[in-house]
Amino acid sequence: MRPYIREKKNFTFDDVPENTSFEAGYLTTVNSGWRSIRPVINSGKCVGCEQCYLYCPDGVISIDNGKAVIDYDFCKGCGICAKICKIGAIEMEAERK
Amino acid sequence: MANKTAESISRDEFFYGHKACAGCGGSLAVRAALKVLGPNVVSVLPAGCMSAVGFNFPQLCFSNNSIISTFAGTASMLTGVEAGLRARGYKDFTAVGFAGDGGTADIGIQALSGAIDRNDNIIYICYDNEAYMNTGIQKSGLTPFGAKTTTTPAGKNIHGNIRPKKNMFEIAAAHDIPYAATASIGNLPDFIKKVQKASQIQGTKYIHVIAPCPTGWGVAPDETVAIAKEVVESGLWYLAEYENGNFKLNYKPKEFSSVEAYLKKQGRFKHLADEDIKLIEASRDKKWEYINKNFEL
Repeated sequence: MRPYIREKKNFTFDDVPENTSFEAGYLTTVNSGWRSIRPVINSGKCVGCEQCYLYCPDGVISIDNGKAVIDYDFCKGCGICAKICKIGAIEMEAERK
Repeated sequence: MANKTAESISRDEFFYGHKACAGCGGSLAVRAALKVLGPNVVSVLPAGCMSAVGFNFPQLCFSNNSIISTFAGTASMLTGVEAGLRARGYKDFTAVGFAGDGGTADIGIQALSGAIDRNDNIIYICYDNEAYMNTGIQKSGLTPFGAKTTTTPAGKNIHGNIRPKKNMFEIAAAHDIPYAATASIGNLPDFIKKVQKASQIQGTKYIHVIAPCPTGWGVAPDETVAIAKEVVESGLWYLAEYENGNFKLNYKPKEFSSVEAYLKKQGRFKHLADEDIKLIEASRDKKWEYINKNFEL
């Protein structure tokens, strides 16, 4: 489980909470537009050591079937994963527009 | 290939989709600590980077209960959260605070000192990025000697910050706190172990984790973790614990890596002259002399 993107809606005055509390883990926008480079995982090389999963500041990497998978909606392309990967299974590629 | 540290923490993400800069060290510290403490944690964040990037209504990035406190009142609000939940009959919860270096060593030190004095059952985590980064890099009490910030500019006569870093870990320990520790986001297994240990201890717990800020330190976003490792290797930061009245050193580098190499990698130290670097080396050696004498290995 992680906070997830909700359906887009235009907040009216009535939707804005009267007190200072609101639902936790409520996401409305993605961070993918921040990237100029993107990490790409070579699943042939990946051994699932989970170092990238541990050190990702945004927590976008999860392990599926022993291989790292990236959620590109929220990856900012910082490149920490590529640097921490000892076997070089992650490469940074230019973001295509 | 199983990773012991990854197995010991929750697979859920509790701090996700936040708007921190790419490669932010502070967000890594918050994310890792919340994954240790699980869903029944109430986190308190004062003004600072992590509250600025985590709560942009309607984008709310914490999936646990979380609240913004006054700048000076992180520890006071933790006290209130803990007492309130206890009074309502909740048992399985943790109150944790995430304050920056300014919110801990300058503005929030009085509240923190009071909470430690009352020995409230809370965890206080200080993510130390060595300046007020959220407002655009102003000097805090934890900015190291020689660092360039907007309030300690580097000129011909004065080379950045003229005062050394406050020793916040030993200030917390001097209260006879049940548990205090220093950590680095460059060594997450060590940090995670310390948060796990803190969650088992009754009373106030203080963890001081160094969390480099690529924007303020002038390093590339992918260097954050590497530079957090290097600050420990060069001896300018140390991994230690305080428990039962004893200091314990967790890691001693066999040989210190070059201080100059560490400093010159960062934009905020680019201006330093050789004499300044010698001063920093001398203060490091003096600190380690003290550590070797007073800390158990």
